[in-house]
Order: sequence, then C-alpha cells, then structure tokens
Amino acid sequence: MLEVKNLHVSVHGTPILDGLSLTVQPGEVAAIMGPNGSGKSTLAYVIAGKPDYEVTSGEILLDGEDLLELQADERARKGVFLAFQYPIEIPGVATMTFLKASLNARRRARGEADLTTPEFMRRVREASQRLKVDQEILRRPLNVGFSGGEKKRIEILQMTLLQPRYSVLDETDSGLDIDALRVVSEGVNALRDANRGFLIITHYQRLLDHIKPDVVHVMAKGRIVATGGPELALELEKNGYRDFAVQAA
Amino acid sequence: MTAHAPSRSTAEATLVEQFEASKSLARSPRRAAAFERFAASGLPTRRVESWHYTDLRAAMTVAAPLAASPDRAAVEAAGALLAGREKGGARLVTVNGRLAPELSDALPAGAVVASREGRASGAEDPMASLVEAMAPDVLAVDVAAGAELAAPVEIAHVTVGEGAYSLYSWTEIAVGAGARATVVETFLGGTAAVQRHAATTLKLAEGAKLKHVSVVGDDPELHLESQLVDLEAEAELSAFGFVSGGALSRRQIFAKLAGAGGKIALSGLALLEGTRRADTTLQVVHAAPRGVSREFYRAIVADEAIGVFQGKVIVAPGAQKTDGAMKSQAVLLSPQAQMNAKPELEIFADDVICGHGATVASIDPEQIFYLQTRGLPKDEAESMLLEAFGVEAIDRVEDEVLANGLRALLAAWLGAGRRTAATQPRTTGAGA
Repeated sequence: MLEVKNLHVSVHGTPILDGLSLTVQPGEVAAIMGPNGSGKSTLAYVIAGKPDYEVTSGEILLDGEDLLELQADERARKGVFLAFQYPIEIPGVATMTFLKASLNARRRARGEADLTTPEFMRRVREASQRLKVDQEILRRPLNVGFSGGEKKRIEILQMTLLQPRYSVLDETDSGLDIDALRVVSEGVNALRDANRGFLIITHYQRLLDHIKPDVVHVMAKGRIVATGGPELALELEKNGYRDFAVQAA
Repeated sequence: MTAHAPSRSTAEATLVEQFEASKSLARSPRRAAAFERFAASGLPTRRVESWHYTDLRAAMTVAAPLAASPDRAAVEAAGALLAGREKGGARLVTVNGRLAPELSDALPAGAVVASREGRASGAEDPMASLVEAMAPDVLAVDVAAGAELAAPVEIAHVTVGEGAYSLYSWTEIAVGAGARATVVETFLGGTAAVQRHAATTLKLAEGAKLKHVSVVGDDPELHLESQLVDLEAEAELSAFGFVSGGALSRRQIFAKLAGAGGKIALSGLALLEGTRRADTTLQVVHAAPRGVSREFYRAIVADEAIGVFQGKVIVAPGAQKTDGAMKSQAVLLSPQAQMNAKPELEIFADDVICGHGATVASIDPEQIFYLQTRGLPKDEAESMLLEAFGVEAIDRVEDEVLANGLRALLAAWLGAGRRTAATQPRTTGAGA
C-alpha cells in the first residue's frame, strides 16, 4: 500500500502541498485531477524523491516503510516509478544502454545476477513491439530529439520493463494524439494486476476513458478536496474545477 | 639572452647554459636561430596574451637537467613499458626524445622514417622554438604522394629514467599530395619529476588527408606539446588530443590553411582531477578561400583542477567563403574546479560564416534525478553522464579502434575514483 499522510511540502519557502492525504491500494488505479498549479506534479516528484522539495510535515509510506528517508534510486529499486510529464534528455547515452543499466540496477539490489544480453534483448523486443516503439529509436541517445509521443512511449516502455509496484504517471497523456494515447493506455492496462497500484495524474477525462480508474481524487490548492468514483471525472469534465477551487479557499 | 628579456629566471638561465653546453646543438644554424627566438622572449608569462591562463615562467621554477642519451638499459626499459600494449599498425619509438630503431618497426610501403636534421620551422611560439633548438634528434615520417596507409602509424614517445630530468622531442610528419594516413602519438612513462617538451609539425600537401591523435595519459610534472600545422589546397586534417595526466599540461596547435579549400577538424578531451592543470590553446589561420575549420573540445574538471581552452580563428583578407565553428564545453565536478574558456574570432574577410560557443556547467541535477528514478545509484548515474559527455568528444576520432582505446582510458579515469562529484548549480554561459 502507498500512503501519503498529511503531507506539507514547500519549494524555496513557498508552500505547495498543504496537508495532502491519499492511499493507493495494491491492485488499485487512482486518478488525480486538478487545475494547473494545484500541486499535482509536486506530489509526483515528492513521491519519487526529487531533491529541493522541503517536506515540512507528513509521511509517505510504502507498505509501512518511510519513503522520505530514502534516496530517489532506493525508492525506485523498492518498486516506485515515475513516468515524467517532461522526460529528460540524456545526450550520449544510448536508450538501450540506459534500459539495461536500470534493469540491472534493480536486479543487483535484489541480489540477482545481471540479465544476459539475449534475455535483455528478448524483453525489450517484446515490450517495444507491444508499445509500437521503433527499434531504431532505442539505439539513439535517450529522449534526445524524440517527439513528445515517442518520449511518452519510452516512459511506458521503461515502466513495462521495470515492473514497478506503484507507478505515478504525471500527465502522461499530455501531447499525445489519440493513437499514442491508446497505445500508452494499453501499456498501463497490461500491467494492471492485483499487486500493482497506479496513481494517474491528468487534466482530462479522456485518458480515463482508456484507463478506468477505481477512484478519482480532485486536488486543489495542495490538498485533496473531493474523492469519488469514475463518475467524478465525468462531472469535472462537464463543470470544470471552479466548484472545488472555491471549496479549498 | 638578448636585451629584450630584462632578467633571466633561474630556469631560463639553466636553459641558456644547457643549450650552450651542447656543442652539437649550438653548431646547427637552424637550432641556433630557434634558440634565439626562444631567448628573445624567454619563458612566457601571463602578460603574454596566449599564455594568460598558464604562467609558465612562474610554474617552471627550474629547468630540469637534460635527459641523457638512452643507454641499452633505458631502451630495454622502454621496450618493457611497451610490451603489453596493443599495436594496430607499425610503431615508431622515441626514448627520451631520440629515435630508438631497435624498438621501431619498418613503416609500410609509401612511408619512410628518418632521423635527420629538421626543416627550419620559423615557429613564433617560444616553447615550440625551444623544442626545435633543444631536441637532440628529429623523427621524420614522410608519406609519399598518393600513398594510402591502411593501418595507423603509432609514434610512442617513451620517457624512462630516475629522478628529475627534461626531454625534448621534435617530430615531423609530412603527407604528400593526395596521400592518406593516420598517425597516433602516445606519450608514455612520464613521472612526477619529468619535464617534457614536444613539438610535431604536420605538413599536408595538396589533397592529402591525415588523421592525427595525441594521447597524454602518463603523469609528468610538465607536458608542453606544440603542433605546427600547414595545409595546402584541399588538404584535410582531423586531429584529436586526449589528456588525462600531467601536473601541468599544455597542448598548443598553430594551424594555417595556406591553400584554398582546406579542411581542419580539431577536437579533444581533457580529464582533470586533484590540482592538475591542462591548457589547450589553438590558433587557426584561414589564409586562403573556402577553408573549413571545426574545433570541438570538452573537459571534465574535478577537485581543484583548472582547465583552459583558448581558441583563436583568424580569417585573413581574401579568405572568402571561410566556414568556421568552434565549441568548448566543460563540466565542473566541484565548487573549486575551474575552467577558463576564451574563444576568439578575428575576421578580415567579408564573406564568411564563423561562430563560437563556450559552456561551463555542472552535471545537470535533472538528469541525475531522472536516472535515479530508474534505480541507478547517484554515483553510477554521474559516471554514466560523464562517460557520455566524454564519449561524445571521442566520437570525433574517425577510427573505431583508436576511439575504443580512448573510451577505455576515459572509463579507467572515471573508475579510478579520481573525481569527486558534486552537483551544485554552477554558472552556465553560452556565447555565439
């Protein structure tokens, strides 16, 4: 279970998250919707362990273990994954090289041997075919010169290969055309099982047409202001965030 | 010394004594003229613009005794040092600045090696002139017109001996019209008390193509290396410099595109840790139309090390349609690390395209974070990014075997833990 309890976070002295609490159960897909500036990306970064965010109070627990005590890479190796809204370009590092290094980092942390090259290649080929990722792109430096859609597919490819227990998807739908959206959603849905949880951050209902959430949270001004079922997303699509922004004020 | 130098430093006085004491050097009009040029200015200080960031007169407090002519034991020691090294093509070996025929291979057809009196260079730089005056031997490699050498020729400049000493090596590489060759100069064996002065002339006749790689991986007190480059029409030079050792190193390249349509690509990678200093100083003169010049230099600077890049591209009147682009990029790994970058253009023709840029930055913390979120520990993420940064420079070496060798040296440097990493935000600047 991934638990966020009464989380207060500041960036350079400015409070962004103001007592946010939520829980993602194993097997659950939770969506977070909210207007610009409500703190959605901050939440994603703080769960992943980005430096420069000051957690002034509150907890983030993974099966009871305090994640805030761990570095970003330790959290990742425990099964936390962040699909970036804006994936970072890494010049000079071939995507394939990077994928192998990240897979092996997790294996080493669990005391497992590195993947053999044929086994690694088999997994990458299988996942990239499913996600319609061109093999050629995997030889290029990670994310450098990739289109927005390619970057997002590569994020989902990484998620597929790393098999995280809890994935946070930060506006993965932004910048995607409808075909890419479908492919990406299928990638997420393929990973859904009783043991994995997802926290899906989005502005729009349309992603949730493809990835059916179990629960929808509405976020405004740094906290969760409403929680409901999938119907809440439809309501937001119709009426906008205005009602909730007023409540939070 | 002449009246131009007001007072000699201890090192300068020693150099004068050393030159005058060697009758074989002083008898040569070419050497005498070269020494006169050196003596006219003496060791460069920071008041000399091109030496502004490397005050050699202050750094070189003494001139170490000249290395003795290598005896049999020295040649054997040099041979032992080379024994484990991979060899691509023919290898020529100098020991303490002198050609060692017993360690050298025959060159392939189309190339000859000679140990002979050199050609007067007329070098303006005092330190290149000093090498011309003091080098006990001249190693000359001539590639005949039209010849194509399939494998790289390696020139291994080996240093052997105990204690403090200085050595001088003068190398002349001439590539005939339309010929193709690859030459690697590797500097080996230098230890903390060695002062190395090296100079290489690269003469490319019309349409000649030369790839040149210089590798400084040993650890002398001083490594001063000058390249004096002349390109005739349509000649092409690609030259790479790799530096991962030496307390104070300076590689200086003086290149002239004398004939129309010449192409020169200069690039390099400097890896610096501790209190080392590495200086790369270039001067590229476009003296004829339609020349193309590219400079691409990178440095990784750790601890309290200091890197210097100075590049000056001069486009002479009449050198129309010149196309020049220069780039210097450095990553600093500690708040005490320094990089001084000074790219310059002097353009006296009106129909040219020239640009330059310089960046100095720390490792991007956003990139580190991204890699960490994929499970890579921070130090591994940093190594991966630094290796990528270095490899992008090494990729300029257009020879896969040589490039692989340099990648291994880079990985070894990164793996040696010689760097101490930090990701504090640092100044980032760009110019164009």
